[in-house]
Amino acid sequence: MAKLIALTPCADLLPLTHGEITVTEVVPDRLISVAPNAGQNKAVSALLQTQVGGGLSAVNRRSGPVTWFGHGTWLVAADVTLDGLAATTDQSDAWAVVAISGAGVGNVLARLVPVDLRGGVFKKNHVAKTMLGHLSVTIVRASADTFEILVMRSMAQTLVHDLDVAMRSVAVR
Amino acid sequence: MRITCPNCGTRDRREFYYQGDAIAVHRPDVDAGLDAWDDYLHNRDNPAGETQDLWFHEAGCGAWVVVTRSTVTHHVQDAVLAEKVKR
Repeated sequence: MAKLIALTPCADLLPLTHGEITVTEVVPDRLISVAPNAGQNKAVSALLQTQVGGGLSAVNRRSGPVTWFGHGTWLVAADVTLDGLAATTDQSDAWAVVAISGAGVGNVLARLVPVDLRGGVFKKNHVAKTMLGHLSVTIVRASADTFEILVMRSMAQTLVHDLDVAMRSVAVR
Repeated sequence: MRITCPNCGTRDRREFYYQGDAIAVHRPDVDAGLDAWDDYLHNRDNPAGETQDLWFHEAGCGAWVVVTRSTVTHHVQDAVLAEKVKR
C-alpha cells in the first residue's frame, strides 16, 4: 500500500507571530464526541471517570480531557467505550486546533469574537461556543494569556487569516 | 437585540436562527382532528406585544430555545430550552 504522508490541518500555516502574540497548532491524538443518551449523563460521567480520569464537565467548562462542546455534547481527548449509553464519534481529524498566546492576546480576540473574554469573567478552563469573524468556533481559556480555538478542519486557513489580520492590527498600534 | 441562551448566557441575536412560533413544540395528537392540525400547521397570530418563538443557537451551543419577547419593544423577557417546555 502507498505510504501516505499525514498533514495536520494547519500544516504550512503555523506558527505565526506578530508583536507579542504567537499562534501555534495543537495536534490532539484523539477527539471523541460524546453525546449521552437521554437520562444517561450520570452513568456516562461515572464511566468516563474510570476511563479517562474525569467525568462530564459542567456547561461552558473544560475539566481535564473533557470539554463541553455544545448542548448535550462533550469532546473527549482520549479513547472511550460507552456502548449503549452515548453516541460517540471519532472526530480526531475533523478539527483544527490552535493556541494563541502572549501578552495582550485578549486585544486580538476582542476584534473578532463578540463575547466578553476578559480574565475576570472568562477564567481558566471556561469554554465559549461562539463566532470568530464568520466562523463558528469553540474557545477555551488554557491559561492567563493563552486561548485554545477549535474550528472545523476545512476552516483552518480562514481562521489563521482572520487571526493574522487582527494580530497585525494590534501589533501596529 | 440580545438573547439569553440558557446554556451560553446573553448573546447577539445573529448567533441564532429564527424558526417561528413556538407552537411547533405543542404538536397535536394524531387524531386531534382537522381543526387542531389546521391551527398547528397554518394559523398564526400576529401580535403587537408578547410573542413566543423558537430560536436555534446555530453559531453557539446548538440548543433550541423558546424565547418570550415583545414585538413592540424588542424586549426579551425569557428564554428556556425547548426540551424543558411542558408538552
